[in-house]
Amino acid sequence: MSKPSKKKVYGLLAEYDSAAGVFHACEQVRDAGYSAWDSHTPFAVHNLDKAMGLKPSVLPWIVFAMGMTGAISAITLQWWTSAVDYPIIIAGKPYFSWQAFVPVTFELGVLLSAFGAVFGMLGLNRLPMWYHSLFNSERFHRFSDDKFFIAIEARDPKYDPERTRKLLEASGAAHVEEVED
Amino acid sequence: MATAYHDELDPLLGRKNLVEGGVSYHDITEAVATPIEVPNSRWWIAFLISLSMLGVLGIALGYLFWMGTGIWGLNNPIAWGWAIVNFVFWVGIGHAGTLISAVLFLFRQKWRTSINRASEAMTIFAVICALLFPTVHAGRPWVLYWSLPLPNQMSMWPNFRSPLLWDVFAVSTYFTVSLLFWYVGLIPDLATMRDRAKTPMRRFAYGLFALGWRGSTRHWLHYEKAYLIFAGLATPLVLSVHTVVSFDFAVSQLPGWHTTIFPPYFVAGAIFSGFAMVLTLLVPLRAWFKLGHLITIKHLENMAKIILLTGTMVGYAYAMEFFIAWYSGNPYESYAFTNRLFGDYWWAYWTMVSCNVITPQFIWFKAIRRSPLALFVLSIFVNIGMWFERFVITVTSLHHDFLPSSWDYYSPTVWDVATLLGSFGLFFTLFCIFVRFLPMLAIAEVKSVLPQADPHYHAPHHAPTSGKEHH
Repeated sequence: MSKPSKKKVYGLLAEYDSAAGVFHACEQVRDAGYSAWDSHTPFAVHNLDKAMGLKPSVLPWIVFAMGMTGAISAITLQWWTSAVDYPIIIAGKPYFSWQAFVPVTFELGVLLSAFGAVFGMLGLNRLPMWYHSLFNSERFHRFSDDKFFIAIEARDPKYDPERTRKLLEASGAAHVEEVED
Repeated sequence: MATAYHDELDPLLGRKNLVEGGVSYHDITEAVATPIEVPNSRWWIAFLISLSMLGVLGIALGYLFWMGTGIWGLNNPIAWGWAIVNFVFWVGIGHAGTLISAVLFLFRQKWRTSINRASEAMTIFAVICALLFPTVHAGRPWVLYWSLPLPNQMSMWPNFRSPLLWDVFAVSTYFTVSLLFWYVGLIPDLATMRDRAKTPMRRFAYGLFALGWRGSTRHWLHYEKAYLIFAGLATPLVLSVHTVVSFDFAVSQLPGWHTTIFPPYFVAGAIFSGFAMVLTLLVPLRAWFKLGHLITIKHLENMAKIILLTGTMVGYAYAMEFFIAWYSGNPYESYAFTNRLFGDYWWAYWTMVSCNVITPQFIWFKAIRRSPLALFVLSIFVNIGMWFERFVITVTSLHHDFLPSSWDYYSPTVWDVATLLGSFGLFFTLFCIFVRFLPMLAIAEVKSVLPQADPHYHAPHHAPTSGKEHH
């Protein structure tokens, strides 16, 4: 903020050395009432989402819808091709011999559920996103190795360059820096 | 420590630490990522041998496409020769990866984190090898799309009552889901490779596939949910795939095939052979890449126990097949099984029993299941035994069916052997490429099982050790 640069500020980035450190810091940032913020860790730290006060993922509903779509399409396809469009007697079985249609119904249900899980997850996470402001920080690259980070965005209504920095420093951060957008 | 008879246990947890030597997060990144970044002469030797075997596959398939399936040893009663044997063999191997990633995940078996990546890769490559065989066995691989329900000028549809069509859906779904599961697991580690990359080319390639991953907790939330759902989906899937493969046999009327024990028996055999192949691959790899502190003796021991369990289940299934053949009072069924023991293919049957039933029983001895060399040798025997199992099932039942006038003896030709050898070339070439370019341990997951990864961990005042406190 104090720099005369034309570049916008993305927010403040605080670095922590341990999972326990970032966990307790997240609790403090959550309790301070911030909303546009995030933490970044090398692995999924257990219960860190709760320390941040995040809501549970809606992904299961997407997967359920996709799975049902897959299974219903498969059974409809098999019924229509075998009993309506080209009925033909095979091994003396009824045209709509649903028992024989179970494997394909199951497989297509699983296949579409899997698509729902992967593409739903990527969609909810807005990935791929090859450019992100945080990658402007030299130190941030260690998130994928051994460092833990909290980033509070400047667009957060509670964001204040001085007070937010103080909060992060008081939470046990090893280093706090401003990141350009 | 690695050769000790008992593992040291964590004094507070009463369990063994999954990663030995009190390593830090950074040590794990280095241990896994450095072998990928530094060229290795041993790798080149393995790769060139595999590549030349892949060349054999190219020749065998080229000649096959030119001449047709007559170059194989197939004859009138035995229309399913080595192609189907090899297909079932490779699909079976492809079961361990998903079992490790999905079933062990649901059972909270945290030791899976060190072995899941390589096993999943093995699964994908084994399924590629498996898919090759029905494709070429169909005779005209360029019209393979006929097995899909596509509108055509004859307005005909595939027969959805046929287990062979179920197989098309089961194996291709299994391949797709395994590939996606593997890729989702790779995303955080690709980000690690991107952030370590020294050359622009590497940064671009890893960065492209890392999708801009930035380890955000908001992302991990959906990511972990997706992973859990995947595990839940893959568990019934992995059981269904070999079940459907067994239907190819069990739904037919042939004595020796038409039995209800086939689905569970095939699934147990698949897990058995898959874990054996995981050991075959990981025992040398952990030595060559110095990963003994991440893939510990305890990991090998756990896998050996699963081999013992599933091997014993397979042995039980062999015995039960005989019991039912006798108890059914069906003379054709009884004959089919007597013929397995004492008929023309007695040598194949006894090879199978020796390798699959007797070999795993050595695992009862702790000294054997804690010796990487002994486990490696055992795993080779299991691989051989499981190939023979599929040979016995396929060939002994077909060669003497109902009518003695149609009986015949089957032997493979040099092209059958070349295709099998070549499929190993394909498998090992793909595996070498994987080991060269991708992290063969799940870096992020291994970090998460370290003691200090617990958000309530309090470091002791001096050096980092295995101590752990709760409050």
